Amino acid sequence: MATPASVVGQEHPTDPHAHGHVTNTGLSNEKLAMWAFLGSECLLFGALISAFFLYRGKSQSGPTAEDVYDIPFTSVSSFVLLMSSLTMVLALSAIQRGDHRRLRVWLMATALLGASFIAGQVYEFTTFIREGLTIKTNLFGSSFFVLTGFHGVHVTLGVVMLLSLWNLSLRGRLGQEKAEVIEIAGLYWHFVDVVWILIFTVIYLIPE
Amino acid sequence: MTEHLTHDGGGHAEHGAHPTDAKYVKIALILGALTAIEVSLYYTSFSEVATNSVLMLLAAFKFVIVVAYFMHLKFDNKILRRLFITGFVLASFCYVGYLVTMGVFV
Repeated sequence: MATPASVVGQEHPTDPHAHGHVTNTGLSNEKLAMWAFLGSECLLFGALISAFFLYRGKSQSGPTAEDVYDIPFTSVSSFVLLMSSLTMVLALSAIQRGDHRRLRVWLMATALLGASFIAGQVYEFTTFIREGLTIKTNLFGSSFFVLTGFHGVHVTLGVVMLLSLWNLSLRGRLGQEKAEVIEIAGLYWHFVDVVWILIFTVIYLIPE
Repeated sequence: MTEHLTHDGGGHAEHGAHPTDAKYVKIALILGALTAIEVSLYYTSFSEVATNSVLMLLAAFKFVIVVAYFMHLKFDNKILRRLFITGFVLASFCYVGYLVTMGVFV
């Protein structure tokens, strides 16, 4: 059938995101897929947070949250991850302007902030284990390590993705026309950040 | 077969202008300030119910700011907004319902 001219007329020849693909929705398939994936991630982290709530205060033996949490340290880690969202969005802004030098600076900054967060989490886990809390100690340990561990794996994958993009940009294989790749990677990174916003509040700041 | 084919605009068919870099920095500063308020609330000795409610509200506010501005959902196509909000609300209802059933909030 003929394509309605008014619909085809929505083309954005100057849009830096435009790839020239033709889609039924008028949306980028890759971006739509990323949002659908993030929707499914809501279910995954929702299940893990629910499990934490379900087992909260039901541990038969210590150590418990009050015994091991170091709120000032975790607050700094949270702030670091929050600021990595800023550097990520600045990276997207840079590639949309065609500023590849700044793109690499902001991508590397985001990866380093993410790596700092992971380093903080490794330190925290090590401290907890030294204080006698492991994944097998009690219900709090199991639900805490599984939830924050899954989040940490997501951050680690994000750091690997950011470093790969930085490398692609350095080799000149990430032109301005591929800004959407950075946007999609950014969606993943910001999602990991918003999950931590919830984890930090409901797991660390709200006492049992 | 009828197909409503369009050229891909990166999902920006109904978008507005994205914020400037300066605005992104302001948003990040607001998020940082909200985090500082959250942490200071943790050390206060107000009523537990009131403190927890404010903490949840602040977390929800930070969540919305990041999703709306950094993830550009405020400026993007409505389909993406509906896709994410529908998934998030359904997941929330599902798990809150489950936790209520298990007596967690009672």
